[in-house]
Amino acid sequence: MPVTFEKAQVSLPSDREVRVTRSFRAPRALVYKTYTDPSLVQRWLLGPPGWSMPVCEMDVRVGGRYRWRWRSDKDGKEFGFSGTFREVVPQSKLVHSEAYDPGTVSDDFPTNDALVTVTFIEDAGVTTMTTLIDFGSKEAREAAMSTGMTDGMEQSYQLLDRLLDETRSA
Amino acid sequence: MNNTADRLDSTFLALADPTRRAILARLALGEASVTELAEPFEMSQPAISKHLKVLERAGLITVGQDAQRRPRRLEGRPLAEASAWLEQYREAWEENFKRLDSLLQEMQRSSRASRRVVRRKKKRSG
Repeated sequence: MPVTFEKAQVSLPSDREVRVTRSFRAPRALVYKTYTDPSLVQRWLLGPPGWSMPVCEMDVRVGGRYRWRWRSDKDGKEFGFSGTFREVVPQSKLVHSEAYDPGTVSDDFPTNDALVTVTFIEDAGVTTMTTLIDFGSKEAREAAMSTGMTDGMEQSYQLLDRLLDETRSA
Repeated sequence: MNNTADRLDSTFLALADPTRRAILARLALGEASVTELAEPFEMSQPAISKHLKVLERAGLITVGQDAQRRPRRLEGRPLAEASAWLEQYREAWEENFKRLDSLLQEMQRSSRASRRVVRRKKKRSG
């Protein structure tokens, strides 16, 4: 399978899950560190342009809690995620719950917990990080994935390109 | 919005099967009859017809004018909508991943630099 850099792949393995896969030119230990050291997480997990991450607390061990919060530079509005680590296998796998807190950005109610499984696999100095999010229901997935998306969809044939690639390489 | 959501559901359901994706990929090259579509799959025509029905219901394919051949044709619109929806979600992640790329590069550069310093110190003391 060809390794693609700088292009995250998104797929829908079931009607309640989303899978995001991305490869990085770095050893697994380092990629794992950037996901589990709060001061490093704060440097990349920033969301849309114009948002910062003033709160990033993580107690990475089974039963430990984490709290992430983002703030808009423009109007100071905030939202966040929090949850508990369920499984911690250093450098290879993390499982944590994830509750969305709409904070002051919208009137949405907090959603049910999603379950997030992150795996780190290294091959020849390249680490592939796969994030599988189980939203618990089709409706919850739809709501979560639509958040922040603009109305009106542009015509695009990229999925078709991907399908063609898939068939060619099969 | 609900209509769009329903349509996306049926599109993604139709795309969840490798045979159906292969059929779409074949149709992207041009229209084809059921017999032609069945050929590469080692599958009976009724089995292929079942897959074609799912694709048809999702609006991903239509049946052409020729009454005898009844060729299937790819319809781009639902696929484009599904793709655009996923693409926006993907881009949101990609923003973060690009920052992570730079951070990882920076960390690797500085760890290489400190290894060099250690080697130089060892040489001098040895």
